[in-house]
Amino acid sequence: MDFTRFMNKFNEIERQLSPTSALRLSFDNISPETEEPPDGKRLWGVPVPPFVSDKVVSWIEEEFNEAPVYYNGNSVLKKVENVRMIDRYNTKNPTVGTLYLTATHLIFVEPDSNKETWILHMHIASIEKLPLSTTGSPLLIRCKTFLSVTFVIPKDSECHDVYTSLLKLFQPVSINKLYCFNYQPAKDDFPKNAGWDFFKLEAEFKHMLVPNDNWTLCSMNEKYELCDTYPRQIYVPKEATTLMLISSSRFRSKGRLPALTYLHNNKASICRCSQPLSGFSARCLEDEQMLEAIRKTNTNTDYMYVVDTRPRINAMANRAAGKGYENEAFYENIKFHFLGIENIHVQRASLQKVLEACEQKSPTMSAFLNALESSGWLKHIRSILDTSSFIANAVDKGVSVVVHCSDGWDRTAQVCSLAQLMLNPYYRTIKGFQALIEKDWLAFGHKFSERCGHIQTDAREVSPIFTQFLDCTWQLMSQRSESFEFNERFLLILHDHVHSCQFGTFVGNCEKDRLDLKLAERTFSLWGYMSNHLNEYINPLYKPNVDESIKANLAPQCIKFWRGMYSRFESGIHPREPLGDLLLDSKEHCNSLEDHVQHLTKRIASFKNYISKSAKKLQDATTANPKASKEPASNEINDNKYNYDKKLSELSAADDDHPLKATNMSFANLSLNADQTSPQALTEEISSVAVDWKPMRNVTSCSCSTPFDQFSKKTHCFRCGDIFCERCIDKNVALPGHDSGKAVPVCRGCFRQMQKQSP
Amino acid sequence: MEFADLIKTPKLDGVFLHTTTANATVEGTLCITGHHLLLSARQENTQELWLLHKNIDCVEKKPSIGQNIVMGGIITLKCKDLRIIALEIKYAKDFFNVSASLEALSAIQNAELDYPFFYRPMYSILEDGYTMFRPELEFAQLISGLSMGGASSPNVANITICTPSTSAMASSIPHPLQNGFALEAAAALMGSSGSGSCMAACEWRVSYVNKDFGVCATYGATLIVPKAISDEQLTLSAAFRDGGRFPVLSYRHENGVGLIAFPVIKLCLYNSSSHLLQATLMRSAQPLSIQGIKRCRADEAILNLVLGRSKKGFIVDTWGKGKSNTETDLHYSQWKKVNRAIGNVSSPAAILDSFAKLIEACNDTGCTTDKWLSRLESSGWLSLVLNSLNASCVVAQCLDQEGSPVLVHGAKGLDSTLIVTSLVQIILNPDCRTVRGLQALIEREWIQAGHPFASRHRYSCYTPHQTRNKNSGATFVLFLDCIYQLYTQFPCSFEFSTQLLILLFEHSYFSQYGTFLCDSERERQELQVHTRTTSLWSYLNRPDVLQTLLNPLYEPNAAVIWPSVAPISLELWSELYLRWVIDQRNLTTTMAQIQELVTTEKELRIQALKLRKQALELSQEVMTLINEDDDD
Repeated sequence: MDFTRFMNKFNEIERQLSPTSALRLSFDNISPETEEPPDGKRLWGVPVPPFVSDKVVSWIEEEFNEAPVYYNGNSVLKKVENVRMIDRYNTKNPTVGTLYLTATHLIFVEPDSNKETWILHMHIASIEKLPLSTTGSPLLIRCKTFLSVTFVIPKDSECHDVYTSLLKLFQPVSINKLYCFNYQPAKDDFPKNAGWDFFKLEAEFKHMLVPNDNWTLCSMNEKYELCDTYPRQIYVPKEATTLMLISSSRFRSKGRLPALTYLHNNKASICRCSQPLSGFSARCLEDEQMLEAIRKTNTNTDYMYVVDTRPRINAMANRAAGKGYENEAFYENIKFHFLGIENIHVQRASLQKVLEACEQKSPTMSAFLNALESSGWLKHIRSILDTSSFIANAVDKGVSVVVHCSDGWDRTAQVCSLAQLMLNPYYRTIKGFQALIEKDWLAFGHKFSERCGHIQTDAREVSPIFTQFLDCTWQLMSQRSESFEFNERFLLILHDHVHSCQFGTFVGNCEKDRLDLKLAERTFSLWGYMSNHLNEYINPLYKPNVDESIKANLAPQCIKFWRGMYSRFESGIHPREPLGDLLLDSKEHCNSLEDHVQHLTKRIASFKNYISKSAKKLQDATTANPKASKEPASNEINDNKYNYDKKLSELSAADDDHPLKATNMSFANLSLNADQTSPQALTEEISSVAVDWKPMRNVTSCSCSTPFDQFSKKTHCFRCGDIFCERCIDKNVALPGHDSGKAVPVCRGCFRQMQKQSP
Repeated sequence: MEFADLIKTPKLDGVFLHTTTANATVEGTLCITGHHLLLSARQENTQELWLLHKNIDCVEKKPSIGQNIVMGGIITLKCKDLRIIALEIKYAKDFFNVSASLEALSAIQNAELDYPFFYRPMYSILEDGYTMFRPELEFAQLISGLSMGGASSPNVANITICTPSTSAMASSIPHPLQNGFALEAAAALMGSSGSGSCMAACEWRVSYVNKDFGVCATYGATLIVPKAISDEQLTLSAAFRDGGRFPVLSYRHENGVGLIAFPVIKLCLYNSSSHLLQATLMRSAQPLSIQGIKRCRADEAILNLVLGRSKKGFIVDTWGKGKSNTETDLHYSQWKKVNRAIGNVSSPAAILDSFAKLIEACNDTGCTTDKWLSRLESSGWLSLVLNSLNASCVVAQCLDQEGSPVLVHGAKGLDSTLIVTSLVQIILNPDCRTVRGLQALIEREWIQAGHPFASRHRYSCYTPHQTRNKNSGATFVLFLDCIYQLYTQFPCSFEFSTQLLILLFEHSYFSQYGTFLCDSERERQELQVHTRTTSLWSYLNRPDVLQTLLNPLYEPNAAVIWPSVAPISLELWSELYLRWVIDQRNLTTTMAQIQELVTTEKELRIQALKLRKQALELSQEVMTLINEDDDD
């Protein structure tokens, strides 16, 4: 097999990678046209380019050799033909195709439509072998991304093979076997350390002007002595003594003592902790003092709220186990509230019922609404929002709040982060939202490994706590669309990667775990990846409003079912003209045009300048006074210097006919770059920006014949205005017709042309 | 009767107004006129409340009693636009006078006393809405396959179409016809010169059999029927159908399956016989079950002609199996009967009951999520919407995919039938998704087709169930909701915004315009509605008004829009149903921002092109200068 053939095959595979799949990342920014194959890896005796990961090589090998191939020494890769894929809306005409099992993915390829379905093993929630039918052996796979498919495999033995292989692969026993430890993005995509240092807890607190007169950094948790699930830096009232901190930590479940998580600009704060070990009568004076110290940091009011997010009955039951809640008789100046969010088991069962509601066979309106009601999901979402609103309102009015649930890492994380989302516009930006997750979920500890089922664990520990947080954020977003910098896609990508373990960001349960696992060295950060794709997450309707807190409308009519999340893969049920994508596209088009207009305006100004100057020179020539023209001209040089430098770097203006190289150059010529004056250069600049973009509506597939579905990101080439799928538009280049010199997406054809123009 | 007799207290100071949205209470002066209730705070910058009495659905009195004496009280006005207003009145006498006046004024039955007969627009009418959608022209365009209610073209020709002199409305008004081809087709229809110029037109003709509304009381005077059917046959068929509503043409669909799958074949077929790939949508009422009458050969003849060369047709029953009469298999052997009931009981009253339950649930914002979902479910409203869309999709599929003719009927053919036939056209025909097209559609399929707006909309959802009569309904609201669902799924394929739908909702209940007055063409002629009132369309099509109703995202879409009819895809139309209870400002700002974005995009594009031209010109000039310079 020669190299061309290999590249063809490679391009084909690359094309086939589903845009929604996580593995797609590893093929980002591949530029087969430009790179030379190095020594080293070889496939059938042919050198393999460095940007092709081992996985692809093995995949190709596997495709060309029918015999099973061993991968990583132990797992068997399977290829099964004539598999039928059945989804809920297409039970009559199942699609027939080939199923591939790789070490990381299950891939179903439909040869006719060029369409395929990628399932990351890490995304699989459950695998079920259904009773044998006449057409074969059905395998039902449910994913954490709410995709649910049935593959009917002709031979039962093959089905069994796939089934047992998947069982081994989908949920590792050890945390060290997670996908992130093998995952390699494309070589020049982004470095391994990118993203790990984006958020520093100190910086986030500095953002809130902490430390200050009232709050101080406590150094006692440097080695996680006080609480091993907390971050090393915890911020506590200045008044709190060492004894208070130690005793309070001992008096709280899992040592999670009250610590500052958010300080509002009116001195009101949100502190989080776990339940006190009060039992029926136990008390801890230091813990009481600790809360009093927190209250005293805020001089607005002489009381503060202690919010127990649990239903009263749950808290009561905990008392029998020696835990419980603060007694208002012992704690001075607190107002104690139960707010009734149900526990992880109730939430898990509720989500299960939501999925059943979505998966009803031939559903009627009543059946769907009944199922949705009985799931109670919207009720739970509302109670989380309700509690968060309570906290946000209190803080907004200047009252501090201490929040806890049982261990203070599920419900507490939800309501603390949502309250901050409501209170502070910073958290409604992309960066702020990531910082919020970094602070209230990652630093303060949330059991991602268990809750998301990253590794084999007690099924009773799995619960959609983070999903609910995203759902509540979505509810706020749909009520106040202009207040959020990010869009629905951003939340979905987050949800995908919290479960995919492709990045180390959400691996482990607390800061200490992540340090112990050396994730920052061994894995990539989701934030690093996301920073390369920010333009996809922008809400085109965002209007930054500083200092504005938003309020959620909690009327039941306003709490909606998030179809885009839970029924995401039912492609038939979504709006046929996705507004969000269209508007985002318009926004980008506006940006491009604005940039272009800016550029043209500058050009016109410099042309006019030149014309007027030469007119003046003509005048000067008649008066024969050379000095008069010198003064303004030197200014002119400075004015254009910036432009010139930029042009030099952009177009590598080493052309032979460059005016600066000309020996007998007139003074006026110097004040104007010749590449600007020449109509050809201007034409090139003009042709480098597409004024009209191809309308998105009737585009059903990319030029590479990849079909577009509901979720595929369609991107316009800024140069030619045509539409491409994510994998065909992998170049970002600054266009000569843009003033800002910002790198923008261009298609491969345009990229080649541009390279030809300026070698 | 004089209005003055009913108005016991024309003016009253010190009335407190409470509304559900703004929690603030406003003190003001109440005025009652013949048609309006007015409440003004009499201050600068305060909004006045103007309420048409016809908007009032229900007046509730709650006297406040102190020391066993009525001390005044609160009058709650529940309006047809779904708003609820409470007026607090201090003194007992005023309280009783005001409530009695409002009750009497809102209950006036005489259509001639309605506001449209008194309203005179303050502007000159550019286009008369009453002559814009004349049936002859609409049908001519339907037959010739030209866009209906389409955009105006610059060469406007004026022609006069004479209809039988008995028809009062056809008073030989010069009519702007929009292009020559339509003119020809219309001429062909009228049986005058130019016949045969359009193949399709040959099959159909305009019948004036109902010119004095003797054959069918609810149909208009102008109807379109197969050409080979005589007026006598129509009369016979009318006798066989409920309410005399014999099968008439509703829509002809051209872009059948042939055009999409086999363009070449389609072309060939089109040359040989143009009608082959055109599927016809008809509507009628159910056949009557009269003792002794088993069949009606004239009725069968109509359907057989419609069938033409197709092997089979579909009769879609929107009323429900076993509940309505249907054509016998024996005598309509080539017609397949399909049941697609809109609801368990598809009567207009049942639809209104459902609507009332929905609004009751919507107004209770303090209940739990479970309660809300359970009430939403038990109202059955979304099921009605889903079933309507479903039935329409089935019909649209028969027309578009199978190319078969379809006859739709419910019981009387006045409600669910019209929902289905009009939705089918919105799904299939891009013209119906424009402002004018929607107006034309409503004019053809609802107003001229005899949907009894006056009876249906006399009472709305707040009137207690026992007070409503069986002719009350909310069919038109259901229709608008269905359009809304299509809109949410295809937000760029509609020229109008949802504001137009809300406006239509309001005007169909209470209006200063005469468009939705009366139950049928006959009644409108008797009252001379067309000459004595102004048409809503005349108002809507004024450029400044139209501008506010356009969808900024509109891009004409010639394709058929197949909606998803999965329950999960439906959305509650909160913009309408919740607008008085939940702040909808977010929607308004969103729309404004979208508008801004789209405008910016357009402006930037123009600016960029302009600057390019300028830059190129200047660069040429500079080049010349440089060359001169070099020459020096």
